[in-house]
Amino acid sequence: MSGILVYSELESATLGLLTKGRELAAELGKPLAVALLGEEAVGWKDACFAHGAGQAFVANDPALDVFQAAAHAAALAQIVARAEADIILLSSTRRGRELAPRLAQKLSAGCVTDAIALSLQDGQLVVERRALGGNTISASVITSPRQIVSVMPKLFDAEPGGSGEGEVIEVALELEPSATRLVERRSKEAGAVNVEEAEVLICVGRGLADEGDLSLIQDLADALGGVVGCTRPLSHDNHWLSEDQMVGLSGKVSSPNLYIGLGLSGQIQHTVGIMDAKLIVAINSDKNAPIFRVADYGIVGDLYQVVPRLLEQLQK
Amino acid sequence: MDIIVCMKQVIDLEQLRIKPATRQPVVEGLPVLLGDFEKCALEEAVRIKEKGGGKVTVVAAGSGKLQDTIKEALAIGADEAVILTDPVFQDSDAMGSARLLAKTIAKIGAYDMILLGDGSADNYSGEIPPRLAELLGLPQVGGVREIEVLDGAVRATRDLEDALEVVEVDLPAVVAVTSELNTPRLPPLSAILKAGRKPLHVWGPDDLGIAADEVGAAASVVEVLSNLAPVQDRKGIIFEDPEEGVGKLVKALQQEGALEE
Repeated sequence: MSGILVYSELESATLGLLTKGRELAAELGKPLAVALLGEEAVGWKDACFAHGAGQAFVANDPALDVFQAAAHAAALAQIVARAEADIILLSSTRRGRELAPRLAQKLSAGCVTDAIALSLQDGQLVVERRALGGNTISASVITSPRQIVSVMPKLFDAEPGGSGEGEVIEVALELEPSATRLVERRSKEAGAVNVEEAEVLICVGRGLADEGDLSLIQDLADALGGVVGCTRPLSHDNHWLSEDQMVGLSGKVSSPNLYIGLGLSGQIQHTVGIMDAKLIVAINSDKNAPIFRVADYGIVGDLYQVVPRLLEQLQK
Repeated sequence: MDIIVCMKQVIDLEQLRIKPATRQPVVEGLPVLLGDFEKCALEEAVRIKEKGGGKVTVVAAGSGKLQDTIKEALAIGADEAVILTDPVFQDSDAMGSARLLAKTIAKIGAYDMILLGDGSADNYSGEIPPRLAELLGLPQVGGVREIEVLDGAVRATRDLEDALEVVEVDLPAVVAVTSELNTPRLPPLSAILKAGRKPLHVWGPDDLGIAADEVGAAASVVEVLSNLAPVQDRKGIIFEDPEEGVGKLVKALQQEGALEE
């Protein structure tokens, strides 16, 4: 029993995991395989081979039509057995977060979800994830014979490599009918604001006194070619901004070139979402606000005084 | 409808401090509380009971302080609580914790739904709901922000990255919820006073027929090598005079290449 198996319901994540898996497989001297579930995923097989997969285990079953962790975990467990895999890499999408622990339990295996780094130390896979509400990063090894890791989406970029050739293996699954029925799926209103991809991100917090003052924040974002994000109270309590704009632990994660935090204290629940920003700027009237401790530059001052002056300077 | 709500006692992360020299978190002596996501799960269970009848039982594992912490759950509206505070249970990993909860739920007996938070406030690993569902052989739905109880089934709205997915799942089922589901009530004083008189059971390994090597650190299959605050290499240049600060900031951002000159 020795091999690496990759699975995600997204093609981009599958190829990113294969790219990292290829590196680990080479160092460990293990084969690298991919599981492709459903009709659409079978179409990714050539791309998977181009990213280092030596085997593609393909399977389909009506029980997999609607996502149900029980069925998907059962399918993957059967493929894991067939592939003789001991390291299973999944993506930590919403679906992956439901799937990884269920698969782990089915295999009596240890699991680490939401991994932010994978490395090898003395031939052992070391997995890092954020812990204690984002205050710390823990590094763990899984000591059960099989190891399940779900990796944060977009952590690894897909880069082609390997021989480019591989073998397709069809697996006949034995699954129970699903206990889950799809009623409807509706796209979230495509918010015009995409904080995840922003180059410049202006976040505002409770220092904003009135919803009408958002125009001031938007003016600054426009002047810098950026977008507006916020902390949880503004989106979830006040509903001044959409939930899509909330940055932090239970919201979006962003890595802009420039982040400016306005009138927000910098609780870890928020700052965990901007830790990878290239430059962090903080403007807050409380000089003891935690945001200044993670900032590159800061101004101690009220946003209502600082932002108009900043706009003035930028327009010069 | 009989609902079991699993809750976790966590340290108050708002009060967590990091030792600057070693980057180690200081967790000893911090106050403990019930996690926010689980409170939403409990609130929902109580609302379902208030509408259609039934019983809400809370199960929680943690330190001896749970004797007090759990009273908040009873004040919010749980009818009964089972707490798992035996030292043998401490330091369980996700698999051990799920095993412990599964044995406890099996002992409680009949139920229609198990509600949990989508992740705990401390580590947010989200492992317990799927592992518990697997151990009990039940279907699961996670990331749930709306619940509607039907006859013999539950209709749940799952929050995905780019879509909301409404599914129906046959009961019994495990449902893991997000904080968008509701705003947990603040129990009135009268409810807090009454909470002390509700049944509170403390179950140990013998009550559950669980062996010492099935739970706790001994059964853990995830070994934590380190747990430290990340290295911060930010510049920390703070202008205390807002008048001058704006000009200096603009200049600095230009030098950094973040602003055009």
